[in-house]
Amino acid sequence: MNLVLSRVPPDAATHVDLATSSLRELNSALHKLAPDTHETLWKVANPAGRHAIAAGLDAPVTVEIDGPVGYYCGGMNKQAHIIVNGNAGVGVGENMMSGLIHVKGDASQSVGATGNGGLLIVDGNASARCGISMKGIDIVVKGSIGHMSAFMAQAGTLTVLGDAGEALGDSLYEARLFVRGSVASLGADCVEKEMREEHRALLAAKLEAAGILGEVDIGEFRRYGSARTLYHFHVDNVSSY
Amino acid sequence: MNDHSHTPRTKPRYSATFDEYTLSEIRRAAATGIYDIRGAGAKRKVPHFDDLLFLGASMSRYPLEGYRERCGTDILLGTRFAKKPIALKIPVTIAGMSFGSLSANAKEALGRGASAMGTSTTTGDGGMTNEERGHSSMLVYQYLPSRYGMNPDDLKRADAIEIVIGQGAKPGGGGMLLGQKITERVASMRTLPVGIDQRSACRHPDWTGPDDLEIKIEELREITDWEKPIYVKVGAARPYYDTALAVKSGADVVVVDGMQGGTAATQEIFIEHVGIPTLAAVRQAVKALQDLGMHRKVQLIVSGGIRNGADVAKALALGADAVAIGTAALVALGDNDPHYQAEYEALGTSAGAYDDWHEGRDPAGITTQDPALMARLDPVAAGRRLANYLAVLTLEAQTIARACGKSHVHNLEPEDLVALTIEAAAMANVPLAGTSWIPGSNGNF
Repeated sequence: MNLVLSRVPPDAATHVDLATSSLRELNSALHKLAPDTHETLWKVANPAGRHAIAAGLDAPVTVEIDGPVGYYCGGMNKQAHIIVNGNAGVGVGENMMSGLIHVKGDASQSVGATGNGGLLIVDGNASARCGISMKGIDIVVKGSIGHMSAFMAQAGTLTVLGDAGEALGDSLYEARLFVRGSVASLGADCVEKEMREEHRALLAAKLEAAGILGEVDIGEFRRYGSARTLYHFHVDNVSSY
Repeated sequence: MNDHSHTPRTKPRYSATFDEYTLSEIRRAAATGIYDIRGAGAKRKVPHFDDLLFLGASMSRYPLEGYRERCGTDILLGTRFAKKPIALKIPVTIAGMSFGSLSANAKEALGRGASAMGTSTTTGDGGMTNEERGHSSMLVYQYLPSRYGMNPDDLKRADAIEIVIGQGAKPGGGGMLLGQKITERVASMRTLPVGIDQRSACRHPDWTGPDDLEIKIEELREITDWEKPIYVKVGAARPYYDTALAVKSGADVVVVDGMQGGTAATQEIFIEHVGIPTLAAVRQAVKALQDLGMHRKVQLIVSGGIRNGADVAKALALGADAVAIGTAALVALGDNDPHYQAEYEALGTSAGAYDDWHEGRDPAGITTQDPALMARLDPVAAGRRLANYLAVLTLEAQTIARACGKSHVHNLEPEDLVALTIEAAAMANVPLAGTSWIPGSNGNF
């Protein structure tokens, strides 16, 4: 173990430089943190697009990564707050359970795929399949999202301040989608739904969690959800199977 | 002479092409407008392990004494990268079957039977239950496209992880569970509405192709601190390439499932017409491992139609490290038992043919979520039957191995085998019995 840890006052952060320490050393150290650890702030330098940075965390700590990350950053995250000061590769926050992941740049495909909980914020744009098969996570994308986003999305919310690509919400289950900009097309069984007071309140709560309540007009958003016509096999839907 | 009553007439002639089953399916399709869904694997006759024979020892080979000389059956899985490989006492494991498709009692019984024999069970497309974790001394956690119930806590309490690319009954198809079985518990584990006809995705949501899979495997290893063996399971279709790519992606273990391997539910047409028989897949998978210098370093598990110790021994002789059973394990628990014949008839079928597992009305209490039906299956007694059956499979495989002069079942080799048919000889790459002819063999499959 030659993990180079240095704690520099005054923020008392633990610094890890991935130019000199390995990914395994970083993740191993993060996995060993006890629930009541005092090492609650970690700063990671030179990520250089490495994959699986800060994956599998389960402690109430903040990990700030200075630079671009590769695939599956913060995968299956529990509790931790992970800040990416850069762009993120495929599957950032995949299957996350709780905590927060905040990408300050753009994100590649499958943002928050199958995520069960927590909040995932992308300041820039997200690519295709954003929120695919999501299962309870809240995703807020300040830019636009690519095609086939929220495919088979089961639960949670996807909030998009920009536009959505083609086939939004294809084969959607019960996830709720809020898009402020244009939607290129809706996927099978996804329909626009009435924006009632309860939905405005829900959206406001998500915007507040993302720290942008008041910065955008909730009245500009439209809501999309499942028409629930594919919930049961039926001859009339055969072309959709 | 015009008395027609004495004119000889031909008997009614039924078409071999439009046989009784085919006609009934056309009528069913015409009446409903939707494909037939059923459980289990391919039912048509395909070349199988029955088409192979062991040569046994004689003048040029020494057999081992049946009751005095040891014939080992243990197997270590995950020796390539995992810090904690799995040590099985027998080369037979229990294949992935979900809670949801199976009752909680059935899952418990599988765990009890397998644990009693020192082997592993596997979760399925529906997450891990406490019952199966508690009753399985070694549990393999499946990582599927749907990711139903997937969470890092279960990942960490699993003994191994199996990334499912496909299964033999439906290579290229996703899971299916119809509304009758989506009870509140099943629905909540999958984060789905109660009672819907659930279609699982067939592609993983966050990776595409072997280059991505390599990164995905690295992530799963990082999350679990490189402790767990990682399997990659494929349905038998192009086993040479699929096995090679699984190895390239970093798998510890490759699982190849032939078309006779069962499913909880999918289209009948898919089960019978997509994928290749288990017999045709084993040698291709083994050859891929050999060509990469990874045979025995990356372990190979073969499944799909394993029924007895001869099937086990033949799969091992062709180069597999272990086999997995699903359908046979369910039969051992009590599936399709003639004891329930009257009830099977009431469902329009017969004991031995019942495959409407998706309807959730299994009289034996196995492929159901109905509490009353489920209560019929005593998990302790059913687990005992499975343990007995696993013991017999192992004893039978040992019997054959000893007869071939092997002190461990893994010492069985293709040289111990011949084929009864030209097809089987070509597929298994062993000589036709009584000849030295291996059809199509030029070293390439």
